[in-house]
Amino acid sequence: MPINVLMPALSPTMTEGKIARWLKAEGDAVKSGQVLCEIETDKATMEVEAVDEGTLARILVPGGTEGVKVNAVIAVIAAEGESVSASAAAPAAAAVVAAAAAPAAPAIVASAAAPAADEPDMGETKTMTVREALRDGMAEEMRRDENVYLMGEEVAEYQGAYKVSQGLLQEFGARRVVDTPITEQGFAGLAVGAGFMGLRPIVEFMTWNFSMQAIDQIINSAAKTLYMSGGQMGCPIVFRGPNGAASRVAAQHSQCYASWYAHCPGLKVVSPWSAADHKGLIKAAIRDPNPVLILENEILYGTSGAVPVSADYVVPIGKAKIVRAGKDVTITAFSIMVGKALQAAEELAKIGIDAEVIDLRSIRPLDIDTIVASVKKTNRLVSCEEGWPFAGIGSELGMLMMEQCFDWLDAPVKRVHGLDIPLPYAANLEKLALPQADHIVSAAKAVLYKN
Amino acid sequence: MAPTPPKKKSRADENVPEAADLIKYYRDMLLIRRFEEKAGQMYGMGLIGGFCHLYIGQEAVVVGMQSTITPKDAVITSYRDHGHMLACGMEPGGVMAELTGRIGGYSKGKGGSMHMFSKEKNFYGGHGIVGAQVPLGTGIAFASKYRGETNVSLTYMGDGAVNQGQVYESFNMAQLWKLPVIFIIENNRYGMGTAIERASSTTDFYHRGAAHGIPGEAVDGMNVLSVRAAGLRAVEHARTKGPYILEMQTYRYRGHSMSDPAKYRQKEEVEKMRTQHDPIDSHAKFLLDGGFADEAALKAIDREVKDIATKAAEFAQNSPEPPVSELYTDVLVEAR
Repeated sequence: MPINVLMPALSPTMTEGKIARWLKAEGDAVKSGQVLCEIETDKATMEVEAVDEGTLARILVPGGTEGVKVNAVIAVIAAEGESVSASAAAPAAAAVVAAAAAPAAPAIVASAAAPAADEPDMGETKTMTVREALRDGMAEEMRRDENVYLMGEEVAEYQGAYKVSQGLLQEFGARRVVDTPITEQGFAGLAVGAGFMGLRPIVEFMTWNFSMQAIDQIINSAAKTLYMSGGQMGCPIVFRGPNGAASRVAAQHSQCYASWYAHCPGLKVVSPWSAADHKGLIKAAIRDPNPVLILENEILYGTSGAVPVSADYVVPIGKAKIVRAGKDVTITAFSIMVGKALQAAEELAKIGIDAEVIDLRSIRPLDIDTIVASVKKTNRLVSCEEGWPFAGIGSELGMLMMEQCFDWLDAPVKRVHGLDIPLPYAANLEKLALPQADHIVSAAKAVLYKN
Repeated sequence: MAPTPPKKKSRADENVPEAADLIKYYRDMLLIRRFEEKAGQMYGMGLIGGFCHLYIGQEAVVVGMQSTITPKDAVITSYRDHGHMLACGMEPGGVMAELTGRIGGYSKGKGGSMHMFSKEKNFYGGHGIVGAQVPLGTGIAFASKYRGETNVSLTYMGDGAVNQGQVYESFNMAQLWKLPVIFIIENNRYGMGTAIERASSTTDFYHRGAAHGIPGEAVDGMNVLSVRAAGLRAVEHARTKGPYILEMQTYRYRGHSMSDPAKYRQKEEVEKMRTQHDPIDSHAKFLLDGGFADEAALKAIDREVKDIATKAAEFAQNSPEPPVSELYTDVLVEAR
């Protein structure tokens, strides 16, 4: 039986990749452990080794092909004495062609809406990924201020665990792009101490999940010192990294920290969605004299949008953005949930419901005015977040609406959120546990009494 | 005639302080003692609230160490911090007014005993979480190195903190990056009420950096000159080579905090330390025996520092409470 070689998934969030080049040619003998080809993902170039022995009978996807879907058949290995007929390979090849032609994964489609909602003052823009927008934002601020430096696990030599810091070591050197040991509490505290001295550290947590090791330093040392010192010394520091669920990494690596950190006075917490906002907000965060936490999202890193070229493009912290204007219901969201909210709004439009979608962007301080003004117009609010419901951002919004526009509400506020459980690993359960566009559609219909 | 070979001076000889300095150490230690006695008294009167950790018995440590650094060097410690602040030259009135929670305090009354800072004096707190100041102090040294300076960070911790994981995270990074930090372990034999033997698998804390290649030494923390001699070695090493550990073997006479009756140790043990190893008494004897000062001079110093402590207490009681308008200030640095 000939063996199909499939396009491998080389990271939890990889859905497709590029076959950079083949190291074996058709007709070559292959042994297990030999490198067949190189594959470029959005994070790295990886070698794919043969698992089986035989002859590389056919290469179905030539080197240089982009957008090859995970699990597509890319080659066929024939066992000794076998020949591979053209007919056996044909269907597989066809499948690959179709996959290559397909648009990006559905979750990413929503980000295409970003340019439509651009704010007017962006000036000249360039399309780039969120990953690049973050990197460019950091690089610009590091050029601007010698006191700004980046530290974290794998930020330098490895170019970032998620390749966000790509190229920074080369430009700024090891003094300003510092690889740390795997000691979150230690390096978070060390950076806070450096911040006391007037440096402006950017601390990358490989993911926010690991910040729980460091939370004492973030809250007790970074957030509270300004107050406890009577204003003498604070800490101009940025903590950043991917937050929330990625894909199939289960409970310990899939948590949303928005409500955890937004709870604490002395911190600012932002969680952008569009590529432009990632750049504008990381620059604002670095320039801010206070501790600012940026809750990013791994799945968004590879999404693209129009990003201002200007090094002066700074998005003010504390300002939400109406990414879709509407009159029937207000939907608030942040980070990856904005994309899902926009998807939901498109669905709702098909049944005659005109939803207004607000990208909160900043969780603390929260742009209450923008939300309240919208709810006074639509009289209905659906809050979306990936995190747990108890004492979540949605809980806060519900209370705020009671306090600030109770008489304008025509329905109780509805929350869309992750299920109140540790995130399960199984694909089907994970999907059920995370809030989807469908849930937002249902919630919007519910507050409009249209179920 | 052959020239006389130069006499080889021992390191201690090179660093023998002037008589005026020797007397200053006495004064500085005594000031801390009298200040802390006054604080204890005021706590008893209900003028100081919350936790209040007195430094009585350990005065030689900060006074000896402070004599080895310059005003550009930084100091950071835990919550038993009053002595460190006075040694750094912070105003006794400002420290005491913080203890009473008044606007004249270093943190405008918003920090209290455990959370006081003076950017001007390079004193970075005053931290209430056991061990948390150790990464912070390492970061202060990181900033020094980042800027190409050789200023050192004196990072103090107690024997209770040395079992915290973040201390070793800091040791590792400090040695990895050769940061100018001196980790000073004030071993007063009890982490709150737990004797070191009941909390630590090994109690020779100066070895605790061995796994990271950080040199360490045990120091008689009840003798200001021993502290100073070790401090000079440590500071020189830190400025040029990287971190250093000093285990100061010391003792606190009072309980862990004002609310601690200290039932976990024998009265005789405390008494023995007080009568045989008191850092102030023994230094007074050294001054008198060496002819550096006479009884009258020492008495005059005692009167002077008592007066300072009394004035600090008066200031701390007369300074008003912070106005309500301070409630929401200093949460964030406002946009400029």
